[in-house]
Amino acid sequence: MTIGHVVDGDWQELERSWADPSGWRRLTSSIDHKTIGRRYLITAFAFFLLGGVLAAVMRLQLARPGHPLVGPDLYNQIFTTHGTTMMFLFAVPVMQGLGIYFVPLMVGARSIAFPRLVAYSYWMFLFGGVFLYVSFLLNAGPDVGWFSYPPLAESLYSPSKRADVWAQLITFTEVASLAVAVSLITTAFKLRTPGMTLNRIPVFVWSQVVTSFMVIFAMPAVMLASTALILDRLVHTHFFDVEQAGDALLWQHLFWFFGHPEVYIIFIPGSGLVSTIVTTFSQRRMVGYLAVVLSLVSTAFMGFGLWVHHMFATGLPQLGESFFTAASMMIAIPTGIQIFCWIATMWSGRIRVQTPMLWILGFFGIFIAGGLTGVMLAAVPLNTQLHDTFFVVAHFHYVLIGGAVFPLFGAFYYWYPKIAGRPLGERLGRWVFGLLFTGFNLTFFPMHVLGLHGMPRRVYTYLPELGWGPLNVVASVGALLMAAGVVLFLVDVLALGSRATADAGANPWSAGTLEWATASPPPPGNFLHPPTAGGREPLWDNTPAQPVVTGLRTDIREVLVTHVLDAEPDHRQRFPDPSAWPLLTALATTALFVGSIFTPWAVVWGAIPVFVTLVGWFWPKSAGDAGTQPWPIRSRTLPRPGEAPAAGGVL
Amino acid sequence: MLWTSAVVFVVVVGGVLLALARGTRRGAGETPTTPDSSLHRGIVISTVATTVVLIALLTASVWAGRGVASQRAEAAVSIAVTGHQWWWEFEYEDALPSRRVLTANELHLPTGRPVVVKVTSRDVIHSFWVPNLQGKRDLIPGMTTAIWLQAAQTGRFRGQCAEFCGLQHAHMAFDVVVEPEGQFEHWLDQQRAPAASPTDGLASRGLEIFTTQRCGRCHTIRGTDAAGQAAPDLTHMASRLSLAAGTLPNSAPHRRAFVSDPQATKPGTQMPSNPFTDQDLAALTAYLDTLQ
Repeated sequence: MTIGHVVDGDWQELERSWADPSGWRRLTSSIDHKTIGRRYLITAFAFFLLGGVLAAVMRLQLARPGHPLVGPDLYNQIFTTHGTTMMFLFAVPVMQGLGIYFVPLMVGARSIAFPRLVAYSYWMFLFGGVFLYVSFLLNAGPDVGWFSYPPLAESLYSPSKRADVWAQLITFTEVASLAVAVSLITTAFKLRTPGMTLNRIPVFVWSQVVTSFMVIFAMPAVMLASTALILDRLVHTHFFDVEQAGDALLWQHLFWFFGHPEVYIIFIPGSGLVSTIVTTFSQRRMVGYLAVVLSLVSTAFMGFGLWVHHMFATGLPQLGESFFTAASMMIAIPTGIQIFCWIATMWSGRIRVQTPMLWILGFFGIFIAGGLTGVMLAAVPLNTQLHDTFFVVAHFHYVLIGGAVFPLFGAFYYWYPKIAGRPLGERLGRWVFGLLFTGFNLTFFPMHVLGLHGMPRRVYTYLPELGWGPLNVVASVGALLMAAGVVLFLVDVLALGSRATADAGANPWSAGTLEWATASPPPPGNFLHPPTAGGREPLWDNTPAQPVVTGLRTDIREVLVTHVLDAEPDHRQRFPDPSAWPLLTALATTALFVGSIFTPWAVVWGAIPVFVTLVGWFWPKSAGDAGTQPWPIRSRTLPRPGEAPAAGGVL
Repeated sequence: MLWTSAVVFVVVVGGVLLALARGTRRGAGETPTTPDSSLHRGIVISTVATTVVLIALLTASVWAGRGVASQRAEAAVSIAVTGHQWWWEFEYEDALPSRRVLTANELHLPTGRPVVVKVTSRDVIHSFWVPNLQGKRDLIPGMTTAIWLQAAQTGRFRGQCAEFCGLQHAHMAFDVVVEPEGQFEHWLDQQRAPAASPTDGLASRGLEIFTTQRCGRCHTIRGTDAAGQAAPDLTHMASRLSLAAGTLPNSAPHRRAFVSDPQATKPGTQMPSNPFTDQDLAALTAYLDTLQ
């Protein structure tokens, strides 16, 4: 079902209405979800490269005992910045970037909900990341770990501004991800095309919805904690100050109440990607769709009930420990169900092993190993031995790189033709996969053994007589292979990808979801007549008589708002025009956040520019073109060229 | 648990590979034949199997946890462990204050007798970990928790801080000596004694430097005027296996090098560099050699 056949309506007018402004105003004012999504993806990937460079320096430093390359002060900044980058500036934003780009397309919408808020979110994310790296280059990079435990992070033990930089970076990224979360939920619930009832929402969109809800419940805990930490440091409150009857453990509860769900905030979109790619490359509808979606939801709920397994070494009552052990093991069940559903889908499908699918096969090998070491770590007697050793480093890299980065690379090869309009080369893609898969296992598998041999985490060096040298050399060689893989990937995308002239076509993989129903790359406004959904995989399920949405204006930005449950049309909504106010508001917010690590008065005076820019942002439009319109025309079938109009084309 | 995990890994990855083999063999025109109902049955059976394995692992975990936690006994050796950036303070408790033993960075334990280790911290969070004896326990300022352990065989082991605690987290280790009861009691007696007075002139000069220069402001040597509380007790420091919290072997040249420039081996340590003259350094080292 391609749009090109449709006879009425005006593509040019639609594109004019939805186009980004031209020239430098495109940079400052774009609110197109595809432009912002692309920026999100590219920026997050740039931070992935920076975090990777830091990781490579750590691997060089640890390659031999007593290596004088990096001293403890710099090493602590490096591992803290590496963890903080990968968690807050890469893993979460890159998944949200995919959501921003593809959720509106997959639900057949012309735009993401609250596009200006999404633009604001991007700027906050970018400025937060720049703030962290400028601080790092000024030798003020955070150095107390990505978990920033007080009292070490309190001003008595960390008197410089480094811990403040960390805490304020958290505020930046949390504001950004909360803004995206509400936009994605609203998009998936209110902007779905008619016919896409709740049980037809693509699994990837479900994964983004579930993740967004987790963001909304988890992120406030860490924002609260990091704000309390800043208050302790700046105005001498005593939340975590033991000398003044504060509580050092309070931080750990607040932090891990966020920190554990964070793992699932990263993994759940990854699993959504696996479902998407497995379905397309098995050329078969997902087996157990309902079970998979419910697994995502139950994983999200359970994800909030196991934070204490990060704290088994603090000395909790045994009954409490047993509860959290049980919860931590139980969460393997929904993940197991998803894996079984993927296997069943492949089992009964026609598999094409093309590059995206290759990454998913790599995902299975790595992630299952990481999941199993996770079950082992849930057992208290093992946990208290392995906690904070390299075994844990191996475990969570297997889970996060396996569960999120491999599906992400798969998704990149899968969706690159859609984003760029050109396919990526198959052969080079296989090399990239081979290098990363080999390099990954070479780097992280030996770390299991190192951990079992007692090597603790976060050490800048170790004594030669401990015998950890040889395996560390292996790990460092593996890291070089991974680096080579990433460089080859960049060559593939930047040099060769931009030279390729082949046209990817609208649907190169014969996939079933709606992002493939429009041109590659999607034009501004996405769909002239959004296709309706006749099944879970509309492009496979829709009959030629499937109606499309008509009656939406093309001379202004107008989208169709539908009901949450059954996606019945509700009303037409006028969407905002491009604006630089989100950027200006983000600049004002940045000034407030950065200023407040130096003086509490920044919160007072900094609020004024934020207020002014928000007034500009929300300045009322003239009455004539604002607001909500009733929905006068129902969807109808449009005749294709050479076909008689289909009967019964009303939804 | 490791073997269960390994078996599960092989089974699941095997399943993926089988599915892959089946799925790729199917020709382009062929339609899948497996009915959904049998696929669903397979998923349900696998899920039930997963649940059963997890319950078994949970039982094993709770059982082992009970075993570890149920070590309790009278007549235990009671040791208070206090973490500092970046060294360990060990105090062997006794009802009689005069029989208490205060030492640092080296733990002696008797075989076959229960030991209770009560941990806390003076500054930031550390974690007490002797892999060969027992799992970790965090040292959290403002609270004291206890772990019980019992050493089965004699030997020398290494302990290490396992919670990131700042610049010298990497060099915050300690030695553990597990010995028969008699030897352990002998060691305790020896540790209870004050430091012997130096007999030769060079060492006496060393003692004088130690107490009159800044050393004594942080370190204690019982039997002398040095009574600082901020750094390890050095009363019997020459009897220990290693120096600077498990960082260097405890030999006279290492002692000399460390006293003169601790920042070279342990950058960031609280101990400042000491620009002593060569003669003073020799005297100080000679004195430290006597602290057996």
